[in-house]
Amino acid sequence: MTDTSAPIVTADGTPLKKKLDQAMFRSRRNAFLLVAPLLAFIIASFIIPIVVLLTQGVYDSSFRKQMPTVATFVADWDGQGEPSEEMMQAALTDIVVGLTIDRSIPTKAAVRINREVSGATSMIKKLIRATGKWKIEYEGKEQRLSDVFRNMEDEDDSGVTLLDESERRAIGVTLAKAVIAQEAPVKAKMIKADKKWADIKYWQAMKVASKAASPAYLAAALDYNYSHDGEFQQRDEDRRIHVKLFWRTLEISLIVTLACLFLGYPIAYLLSTLSVRSSNLLLILVLLPFWTSLLVRTTAWIAMLQAQGVMNDLFVVFGLAADDDRFSLIYNKTGTLIAMTHILLPFMILPLYSVMKTIPPSYVRAAKSMGATNWTAFWRVYFPQSVAGIGAGALLVFILAIGYYITPALVGGQDGQMISNMIDFHMRKSLNWNLAAALGMVLLVFVLFLFWIYDRVVGIDNMKLG
Amino acid sequence: MKLKALLLTAAATSIAATASADITVVSWGGAYTKSQVEAYHKPYAAKTGTKIISEDYNGGLAEIKSQVEAGNVTWDIVDVEMSDAVAGCDQGLLERIDPSILPAGADGTAAADDFIPGTILDCAVANIVWSTVFAYDSTKMANAPKTIADFFDTSGFPGKRGLRKSAKANLEMALAADGVATADIYDVLETPEGVDRAFAKLDTIKGDVVWWEAGAQPPQLLADGEVAMTTAYNGRIFNAVASEDKPFEIVWDAQILDFDLWVIPKGAKNKDAAMDFLAFSTATEQLAAQASWISYGPARKSSAPLVGNYATKPDLAMGPQMPTSADNMATAIVNDFEFWADNGDELNERFNAWLAK
Amino acid sequence: MLTATNTDEGFVVFDRVQKSYDGNALVVKDLNLDIAKGEFLTMLGPSGSGKTTCLMMLAGFETATHGDIRLGGQPINNIPPHKRGIGMVFQNYALFPHMTVGENLAFPLEVRKMGKSERDEKVKRALDMVQMGEFAGRRPAQLSGGQQQRIALSRALVFEPQLVLMDEPLGALDKQLRERMQYEIKHLHERLGVTVVYVTHDQSEALTMSDRVAVFEDGRIQQLSSPDDLYERPENSFVAQFIGENNKLSGMVTGIKSGVAEVTLDNGSKVSALAVNCEQGSRSTLSIRPERVTLGGPKNKNTTEAEVLELIYLGDHIRCRMNVHGNEEFVVKVANSAGHTHLKAGEKTKVSWLAEDCRALDA
Ligand SMILES: Nc1ncnc2c1ncn2[C@@H]1O[C@H](COP(=O)(O)OP(=O)(O)OP(=O)(O)O)[C@@H](O)[C@H]1O
Ligand SMILES: [Mg+2]
Repeated sequence: MTDTSAPIVTADGTPLKKKLDQAMFRSRRNAFLLVAPLLAFIIASFIIPIVVLLTQGVYDSSFRKQMPTVATFVADWDGQGEPSEEMMQAALTDIVVGLTIDRSIPTKAAVRINREVSGATSMIKKLIRATGKWKIEYEGKEQRLSDVFRNMEDEDDSGVTLLDESERRAIGVTLAKAVIAQEAPVKAKMIKADKKWADIKYWQAMKVASKAASPAYLAAALDYNYSHDGEFQQRDEDRRIHVKLFWRTLEISLIVTLACLFLGYPIAYLLSTLSVRSSNLLLILVLLPFWTSLLVRTTAWIAMLQAQGVMNDLFVVFGLAADDDRFSLIYNKTGTLIAMTHILLPFMILPLYSVMKTIPPSYVRAAKSMGATNWTAFWRVYFPQSVAGIGAGALLVFILAIGYYITPALVGGQDGQMISNMIDFHMRKSLNWNLAAALGMVLLVFVLFLFWIYDRVVGIDNMKLG
Repeated sequence: MKLKALLLTAAATSIAATASADITVVSWGGAYTKSQVEAYHKPYAAKTGTKIISEDYNGGLAEIKSQVEAGNVTWDIVDVEMSDAVAGCDQGLLERIDPSILPAGADGTAAADDFIPGTILDCAVANIVWSTVFAYDSTKMANAPKTIADFFDTSGFPGKRGLRKSAKANLEMALAADGVATADIYDVLETPEGVDRAFAKLDTIKGDVVWWEAGAQPPQLLADGEVAMTTAYNGRIFNAVASEDKPFEIVWDAQILDFDLWVIPKGAKNKDAAMDFLAFSTATEQLAAQASWISYGPARKSSAPLVGNYATKPDLAMGPQMPTSADNMATAIVNDFEFWADNGDELNERFNAWLAK
Repeated sequence: MLTATNTDEGFVVFDRVQKSYDGNALVVKDLNLDIAKGEFLTMLGPSGSGKTTCLMMLAGFETATHGDIRLGGQPINNIPPHKRGIGMVFQNYALFPHMTVGENLAFPLEVRKMGKSERDEKVKRALDMVQMGEFAGRRPAQLSGGQQQRIALSRALVFEPQLVLMDEPLGALDKQLRERMQYEIKHLHERLGVTVVYVTHDQSEALTMSDRVAVFEDGRIQQLSSPDDLYERPENSFVAQFIGENNKLSGMVTGIKSGVAEVTLDNGSKVSALAVNCEQGSRSTLSIRPERVTLGGPKNKNTTEAEVLELIYLGDHIRCRMNVHGNEEFVVKVANSAGHTHLKAGEKTKVSWLAEDCRALDA
């Protein structure tokens, strides 16, 4: 008998544990090498872009780069009192340098300030127009500033600008000094160009914009204003929208999930009891929505659900609705619910079906042989075993529903819109990607939170996807 | 000497190469793109041998922004709305356009005077004038609405209303219906009270509104009897009437004039060819030719006399169908893009909040 | 409903029952079966012969296409399964995976609205009965196959049904465990006095456990009798072949005299056999059990030449394959007793059997 306290060794004398680790390492390395290409692909095409996009929601250094002098100045400014001559000169310097480098720099900055306070765009543009008419001595001759800026972009024959960026920046700095030396004091002139320059709130907005890492967009995503002094105030009642939409998204997703469950469960059950031949046929019908284009589907829904549509015609024929008082089934929340339930139903049916298929009929038979009625046998025996499928299906449908935007946009009308429609709006229409990212981040946190709750309540390992 | 000759031939071949490069022209699709293909693309291809690839999009700057920021610009020239042309230029997404490339009008007027004022921008040149009007189905309305106030009067003119799901145009029309003179609309809208007033007016019909987003929807809503009246792009209604014989009528009162413009995304691969195409297509003849395919007005004054009849219905004169015709212009509101650049964020937010209420 | 309750009728009766699933083929053909109260009856037969179908009709999960099934004199065709009060053990046990062993056993009591204390008491007793008392808190997945089997058994018995159906309950167990469980089931049956209908296609299981065995083939009962009758007195060639080892010889019945048939085999030789299921002038299959054949032996009518083809040593006996009357698969068992004849492959010898050990059955 060997001493049990001594480490067990293999035939060649290495300790068993070490040998096992080596063997495990090899198989782990092989497993890693197998998934490595996919992992790299996912990181490159999915995780990195998402992280990059989401960071835009909390980090935006563009204003600092576009108006560096102002940014440095307002950082130490208390945000109180009249705008001073010094502040005005800082703004003018940044605008002149910006225009010298690239004529879109000051307007880009204006777009950023405008997100905090309306009117900043025209404030800066009017100043650009006004200063453009100022004359300055440059390269030995008296020129309009606007011409100087335009000539900065002169290109050679092959389309390369004659001056590179650092050269232009240097020229810009000199030019700004000259302009200020020539025009100072500038405050009155700038206020004459646009009186908004005298308004302290635009300067406070610049202070907010000058912070690179800032919760301003996140605050906006939750209907709060992040003010220059670092405080959060809830927005005016008539501008609060996002929180309401988050709740509505939750509500619609839950209703759709439940509707899918109630409609899908019996179908999945039927599928699981039929012969392979007929269940395949039915499955094709279930999957049909996937195979029709969104446009065709939408047109079909409209034809079915609109006031003069098939459903309402039927209601009128059967006396369920008056001809001049038809149901509103589309262009509202009802429309969104109906359309989304239809489109997401297969995502509920498939996991349910795949779980139900594995429940042998003998369980229910056993329950009945022991005296359980049909209902008891279903509720006590069949249903608990299908819970894995319900969990998977419900989670799938819910998560897909939360991110839906095309369907609500088409049939949702005014009260069937979801938060993703807002994200889409900021991505495509307002081009406020920072806010879109912040909304996306809130949504992501929200979904992760629900996931966590699900894990606590149901258990993620209790889920069977197929 | 030898070197110079070499460089010259190289330059010549490179110019030849750019001239014959394919260009990708992006526009809104449907009848509108067709009008451009007939009036611009075909003659341009015939003249220069350049192959034109036509792509459709749904408006907005998102794709241009993505392409420019990714440094891979595949679109050469894009037809955009005025507000996007301005915003795109402000955000540095567009190439600046040298107005000297635009040819003088057919009547000899210099381009700067020939174009409707305000339609040659730093980064964009207008091709058409379009408008948001409201329209109704004449077979379904017992008494015909005449003014924008009628549109907002659901007791006098019962039935659902179609409106575009955006703040723009709706707020202006609401104020006009509330009695604000067309010239004062934006001054009123600049004030908080004015905004409240516009939303209050919209509130009066909110329960009866079917919201649309794509330009193809309003004629469909009218045809299906889903709405009694709807705002719409005038060209879409015209097309439904002219080519599908729909019994729709346009009311021009308080029409909101807007422009579509050519822009060239910053860093476009075929920038020079795109510039050339831009200059060609905004010449007097091309703009006039386009107006015989769709009822949008040419952006050049010199095109107006050349506007003929509808291409597929030679007895239908296009002149009176133009938003720019004198009769239709009486109470027109010209979209103030500067106002929208300043207030768009806030008003859209408020509009969305109002919608969700 | 008023049915004349026949007092000599069995506890479970299949009366001319037929079953078809698809409307084309009959899976069960004209089944008549009487099962007495307290009897252990086994349905034995090859795969697909309709055993499970019969069981399911009895349990109420399939309906008979034609005929009556009566339980305690009452027709049960229209009684739903949960009201039949029949305990059932399934081939895969069908223990509910989401319930503990205790909950599984309590289930039939719970649906009968039995009070908690009574329930616990019965569950405990049922578990003790199968020596599984400590396992009440476990999930079925945490039990071995044999343990699961016992739980399934006690669950089918816990609500004290008068009739228990078992569909190949031991099919998934290894040989040793299967044999042990056979005894346990048998003892439980004896102790509780319940009626058991048992399905298997393992003939030794059927022979060891049953009071009577019904041999199924192709939807019909081929023979219904006690295990020893089944082995020693098969009534037709299917049963003879299906139960135990069997030697077949076929030929023509040339005459039957006082229960003994004269049969001319296909190679021309004549043998005499017990006339069980044959007619003069028709073909017949003769069945002789290997252990009833003697080597050499007293010269009688059935003594014949045989050539040893193969010998297999099996410990207690030696299997000897020979050519007898042209049948090369003819097997003789030679007991490994002191002084038994030693044979060699290729050797020629003589074999013989008694006429009463050779049964002339249907062709
Ligand atoms: N649900 C069903 N539908 C159609 N045919 C069936 C069905 N169940 C069984 N059958 C057919 O009925 C015949 C008898 O089946 P059954 O299950 O009763 O056989 P079995 O004797 O129990 O066989 P095994 O020993 O393999 O379990 C088989 O031919 C089978 O294919
Ligand atoms: Mg079976």
